[in-house]
Amino acid sequence: MKKIIGLLCLTFFAASTFAQDAEEIIMRVDNNLSAKSRIVESEMTVHGRRSSRTISSKSYTVGNEKSFTEYLSPAREKGTKMLKLDKEMWLYSPSTDRTIMISGHMLRQSVMGSDLSYEDMMEDRKLTDIYSASLIGEETIEGRVCYVVQLTAKVNDVAYETQKIWVDTGRFIPLKQELYAKSGQLLKRVVLSDVKQVSSRWYPMKMIYKDVLKDGKGTEWLITHIEFDKPIQDHIFSKASLKQ
Amino acid sequence: MFSFLWKGIIRDKSRSLLPVIVVAIGVFSVIFAYGLINGMMSNMIQTTANYQTGHLKVMTRAYNENRGQKPNDLALLGTDTLILQLKADFPDVEWTPRISFGGLLDIPDDDGDTKAQGPAVGTAYDFLSGNNKEAERIGLEKAIVTGGMIQHPGEIIISDDFARTHNVSPGDEVTFFGSTMYGAMTFSNYRVAGVVRFGVSMLDRGAVILDIEDARLLLDMENAAGEIFGYLPENHYDTKEAEKIKTEFNSLYVNNTDDFAPLMLRLEEQDLMFQTIALMDKIMIIMGIILIIALSVVLWNTGVLGGIRRYNEFGVRLAMGEEKKHIYRTLLGESLLIGFIGSVLGTITGVALTLYLQKYGLDYSGIMDDVNMMIDPVIRSKMTPSVFYIGFIPGMISMLIGSALAGIAVYKRNTAMLFKELD
Repeated sequence: MKKIIGLLCLTFFAASTFAQDAEEIIMRVDNNLSAKSRIVESEMTVHGRRSSRTISSKSYTVGNEKSFTEYLSPAREKGTKMLKLDKEMWLYSPSTDRTIMISGHMLRQSVMGSDLSYEDMMEDRKLTDIYSASLIGEETIEGRVCYVVQLTAKVNDVAYETQKIWVDTGRFIPLKQELYAKSGQLLKRVVLSDVKQVSSRWYPMKMIYKDVLKDGKGTEWLITHIEFDKPIQDHIFSKASLKQ
Repeated sequence: MFSFLWKGIIRDKSRSLLPVIVVAIGVFSVIFAYGLINGMMSNMIQTTANYQTGHLKVMTRAYNENRGQKPNDLALLGTDTLILQLKADFPDVEWTPRISFGGLLDIPDDDGDTKAQGPAVGTAYDFLSGNNKEAERIGLEKAIVTGGMIQHPGEIIISDDFARTHNVSPGDEVTFFGSTMYGAMTFSNYRVAGVVRFGVSMLDRGAVILDIEDARLLLDMENAAGEIFGYLPENHYDTKEAEKIKTEFNSLYVNNTDDFAPLMLRLEEQDLMFQTIALMDKIMIIMGIILIIALSVVLWNTGVLGGIRRYNEFGVRLAMGEEKKHIYRTLLGESLLIGFIGSVLGTITGVALTLYLQKYGLDYSGIMDDVNMMIDPVIRSKMTPSVFYIGFIPGMISMLIGSALAGIAVYKRNTAMLFKELD
């Protein structure tokens, strides 16, 4: 009897230690990926069946509530701006001089024909705020040993009910993510690479998104320049700045 | 023999009137139902062809694989050249490009911010080139509730449901937001030219209509189109002709392995039309068989009644030495004559009504409010050569079968008992 109780205690202790470890892992991931503010210049390459397009943009983000993106090229997209304030999103098109609110089912639509949705673009919350984590194993990706962590949503307003992430044990950066619907259906796969040290943190400079429900080779997102915790003027995050 | 039977039928009306009426009504019913179903089928095929399938349709192979999604990224490029080639190869067919697209229709407030918006499903037709009958084909002029047709670039037609829900009127400016064929965001402002109601909820729910050149600008589809529709001469669908054109066109690309090579489909090869047409054909055959059986049973009964009424006549004829076989044969001959007269009368009245309904039709638009199928709310019968025999032959056969069944009783008469019966 004592042996059984001992075994149960050991199992419980081991499970809670793993859970604690998993929470700590994603906290350290958050420390790398989240910042008070962020200025990112990036290039998004969308691979279609006929051709590929590269769209460059510059984004300003403060916390997880404010974000402003301006598309710089190609010519057709140049000047298009996107503003996110809390849970609302607006798009400005210079050709029509209109500011259009993106809401409802439109948030699930693809951005610029890519494998990312507006919802994906809007989601900037820390993993620890929206998911509870459990460690399910270890695997090696591209020669790097990774923790495999299962994330389960603990809030209702998330785009993906569960996620499986492969976190580099040395740098605490996800190298692969699988995003699942509530039904358990795999929706998207993200491969993160070209991890670089920026200031005091590690950050993946290249991400390949693949919407598994769509044909195509996926969308590459390449960060060409990134700055963390720089002051950003507040007027940028206003609807008036869309038309400027 | 013929003149003997004919005189019998004409002089003894009680022998022929009821069967003639029964056959005539039966034949009339078959022709009327056949003409009407034929008309409905033809109506459905033509309406589907006008809106969805064309009599023939050209698209890329890749587009065809996902054609339910109308994937503009897989659209035909260089359509001007392709249409010229189609017109040269098949000059009797009218070829016209169309583009289907989806997105968001946004209504601005005075500051240019979103006042209201809703999802929109659009179709672009070639209205402004003046080279085709697209507006007439989709019945656009009749469907306009307020405002008018697209007369200039930059104009849009929106559905009545959308206009009512979002309080939009002709003359207002709206913004369409969607994706180009390359996936880029696209925005365009349009002036509402008109508001339409097709009476088919599938079309009336958030539908928008553009001129094809405006759609090409919007969707970055210069000299491109999702589909090229082909309409046979006089807008009359002929399966054999369509198959011939399709085979000839597709043979040009047999050795082309490109996913974006053009591919032609016939009407039946799209949107489950083949299955629908096959089902309707089967329903027609089943209906014909049921009518023959029902008529035969009724005429058998009529024959039995006649046989009972003519019990004495047959008895006298048998007593006079006429063979049972001969009486049976005259009975069948009589029935053929009656069947012929009834069938002629039924065919004449059936054909007359079919012709009337072909010209004037039956308007049932009042009960079509919630119907999601693209069917013209006026049912018209359709006159085909088969109308002349589709009722006539069953009328003759059923009368013959009815009399043959009833006439078996002649063989059951016992000759030895005849005089006793006659007493």
